[in-house]
Amino acid sequence: MITIDLLLLLSLVFAALWTVMTVRLIRSIVGLALTSAILAALMYRLHSPLAEVFELSVCSGLISVIFITTVSFTQRISKERLRVRRKERFAKFWYLPLIVITSGLLLWRYLEIPGFDLPAQAKVLDVRHLIWNVRHLDLLGQVVILLVGVFGVVVLFKETKE
Amino acid sequence: MSPDLVYLFWYFCIFVALLFIIGIYCILLSFNLIRAVIGLEILIKAATLLIILAGYLCNCTALAQAIVITLIVIEIVVMVVAGGMAFWAFRYNKTIDPRRLSNLKG
Repeated sequence: MITIDLLLLLSLVFAALWTVMTVRLIRSIVGLALTSAILAALMYRLHSPLAEVFELSVCSGLISVIFITTVSFTQRISKERLRVRRKERFAKFWYLPLIVITSGLLLWRYLEIPGFDLPAQAKVLDVRHLIWNVRHLDLLGQVVILLVGVFGVVVLFKETKE
Repeated sequence: MSPDLVYLFWYFCIFVALLFIIGIYCILLSFNLIRAVIGLEILIKAATLLIILAGYLCNCTALAQAIVITLIVIEIVVMVVAGGMAFWAFRYNKTIDPRRLSNLKG
């Protein structure tokens, strides 16, 4: 295995761990954006540049903005409450790194690499040709889902007179 | 399949499994709607990585990318709607702790 892939995978897991374990929500969102950016680098390594661009711009950028907007609507917590929450979070999550490291070591040590054959290699197509000419239903589904999302935003974020 | 590709697949699968563990742990133990959505997001990242890896190994990266783009579109809509629901939960209940959302009685 190439070293850079291993480093990227390790940093992906560490970024995800930091995202889950940190107390402040804003730091958690930054960790999620970092996880997405590392995943985008892995996608580039696996010869998927278009998906990488989507991952980097949408997941690392747009989703972070959505999360930060949502968090900005909520209430800021006091320092005392933050201290209590930090203790609670540490009590719940201190053994997550241990679980992750132990699971990783066990999987690496004891699971046998299976001998299997992959299906025959597919005919190489251009992704744009595939999306526009082969997978029409996916595009239709995406449009419908986007419309549902827009409808959801209009309904959920509209101002009321209360 | 060459032994190198089998090793690559296997090592990636181990890290995908670790990401799944982190995401599920986050969803189960976080009593905060936004953190639960963040856990879901980590699970989606693991699935995305697995799809891209499968496409790379079968030499059909175009299909994998098309599926991942669809997945990202669905993901963004889910996140927007979940964010809106968290916002409404906070607006009505002044908390985003799911244990205190007791007025949602069917």
